[in-house]
Amino acid sequence: MLRKAFIATATLSLAAAATGAQAAGTLDAVKEQGYVQCGVTSGVPGFSVPDEQGNWVGLDVDVCRAVAAAALGDASKVKYTPLNAKERFTALASGEIDVLSRVTTWTLTRDTQLGINFAGVNYYDGQGFMVKKDLGLTSVKELDGATICVQSGTTTELNMADYFRTHGLEHTPVVFDTNEQAATAFDTGRCDAFTTDLSQAYGLRTRMTDPSSVVALPEVISKEPLGPSVRQGDDQWFNIVKWSLNAMLNAEELGVTSANVDEMKASSENPSVKRLLGGEAGLAEGMGISDDWAYQIVKQVGNYGESFDRNVGKDSPQNIDRGINNLWNNGGIMYAAPIR
Amino acid sequence: MKYELQPTLPPPANTIGVIGWARKHLFNGPLNSIATLFLAWLAFTLLTPLFDWAFFSADWAGTTREDCTSGGACWVFVGQRIEQFLYGFYPREETWRLDLSFFLMLALILWLAIPKIPAKGIAAVLTLVVFPVVAFFLLTGGAFGLEAVDTHQWGGLSLTLVLAVVGMVASLPLGILLALGRRSEMPIVKSLSVVYIEVWRGVPLITVLFMASVMLPLFFPEGMSFDKLLRALIGITLFQTAYMAEVVRGGLQAIPKGQYEAADSLGLGYWQKMILIILPQALKMMIPGVVNTFIALFKDTSLVLIIGLFDLLAIVQAATNDPKWIGYATEGYVFVALVFWIFCFSMSRYSQYLEKRLQTGHGNRA
Repeated sequence: MLRKAFIATATLSLAAAATGAQAAGTLDAVKEQGYVQCGVTSGVPGFSVPDEQGNWVGLDVDVCRAVAAAALGDASKVKYTPLNAKERFTALASGEIDVLSRVTTWTLTRDTQLGINFAGVNYYDGQGFMVKKDLGLTSVKELDGATICVQSGTTTELNMADYFRTHGLEHTPVVFDTNEQAATAFDTGRCDAFTTDLSQAYGLRTRMTDPSSVVALPEVISKEPLGPSVRQGDDQWFNIVKWSLNAMLNAEELGVTSANVDEMKASSENPSVKRLLGGEAGLAEGMGISDDWAYQIVKQVGNYGESFDRNVGKDSPQNIDRGINNLWNNGGIMYAAPIR
Repeated sequence: MKYELQPTLPPPANTIGVIGWARKHLFNGPLNSIATLFLAWLAFTLLTPLFDWAFFSADWAGTTREDCTSGGACWVFVGQRIEQFLYGFYPREETWRLDLSFFLMLALILWLAIPKIPAKGIAAVLTLVVFPVVAFFLLTGGAFGLEAVDTHQWGGLSLTLVLAVVGMVASLPLGILLALGRRSEMPIVKSLSVVYIEVWRGVPLITVLFMASVMLPLFFPEGMSFDKLLRALIGITLFQTAYMAEVVRGGLQAIPKGQYEAADSLGLGYWQKMILIILPQALKMMIPGVVNTFIALFKDTSLVLIIGLFDLLAIVQAATNDPKWIGYATEGYVFVALVFWIFCFSMSRYSQYLEKRLQTGHGNRA
């Protein structure tokens, strides 16, 4: 434990020290080497995982691809570096990667002390509860006195205890070493409910005996905004990543998809769509990239909704409900600054 | 009186054949009989479901998880991913280069290992000098019209083998040098060797890899990046060298003092003494220790997954996270275990064969 703490501290201070030296010029470096270096997980379902052909796919991977499409005009020009949770920030600070898109929660400490900047949120995660549909529950508040399967020694367990205490509810936690075991125990009827971060809970649901009989309760008891981050000190690159994400969200809001983008570009009269797809020259000048950057993103990667549905949403095995990850005008909290 | 030799009677029926063997080894007393029956029952109850899961009610054919309906093992998952497990992210149209390197290596090893094939000297030169160069160009490309393949695309079993083979081939000679250094009478050489061995042996491999992957890049000047695989290879080699040195030192110490003195009295210099007299005898005795270290190294290579290199184990783990295949981790891990076991067991058998072949009557074995 002591060594862990030491390594963490040393890594952090080194990372912070290295940041100064590593500032500026990321876009030039990317253009020169011809690819974006992107840090991903070594396998989280729906977020970044290699498919059968060895191509990386997932919601986080699509952010990398969007950045490559914007900066280089080709979404396939990405070099993926799988990172574990410990080395992800140093990899970014040392310049081994240009974008970190690896289910990373945006927190104050990370944003301010590690020499990195979060460019936005591409998935609002949070701890939730899964129950059997036939119990007819509609709220966590009805779980008074329930037995709940949970992974031991994680913040998940603590969050749950806090939440139940705050609301004056009784519960019996049944703890397991891994999330998989907790999910299996819930599936076999050992507990009334099962709790973990929702993005994982949906993945685990797919392996239960009858996935359709299990539902998530609406309450989300912790905030885990996941998003891509970049090195501090290179605002141009920071802007490119931030607006790549914004472009995907704006495209969805404007109804531009990878299927209709050519048609929209040619015939749309909507000024917002025109601006998005490069109809107004010089908009991307400040980022130092081509005017058709957003067109390339939508054409090659798709808008945010398409990416969500394909990777974690209704067209994927997890079948995660859009929920708070829906657009602001559809009941969610995904809100992108306008492109103009 | 007539003495006539009676014909030899056959031994009692219950002391020969299967029954005799069973009586002698399995049922030679009430306690042993109970133990035998108990173990047979245990094996039956444990193995039946295992075989049933792995073979009889397993799904072998198909392309998606919908084809896995029987409730047994779903080998379809492994089958669908087998190329990835073997080659990692290596471009599919270039995988013949990995195959070719592997079979070249196999051929050379067989050439060296089978006593009947002549010209061992040529084989040794080919293996130690020519093959590494050929394999390097085959794998990395970028010359002779071969497409360059970046090391971040390497993975799977081929990466495991690269790590293990480089680690083994590099650590043995370096280990021998270090062991000789540690037994040297020159104080500086000796103390440097001791410090090196004790430092590297005192650090867990995971720390070495972590340092190589996370800390090292921070010390480099900006823009200079060092191939991650190369960093891991260097880390593994430096680490294994220290272990190997101690195994070799054990072998050197087992050689009677008379051998050293005999070599000295023949007027041989230090290197002549070592190469002609001491090492040939010592290396033979070190075989179990060296192979033990090799096997440990082979399995240790899977630690590279913590620095984001996709060796066999890591790539299977990644595959089990594919939303399409969630829930088939057991099949993946069983497959990995089987592959590791095949390689380790072959190494172990070969070392036993080598020990027997090189047996010249030293030690306690007849």
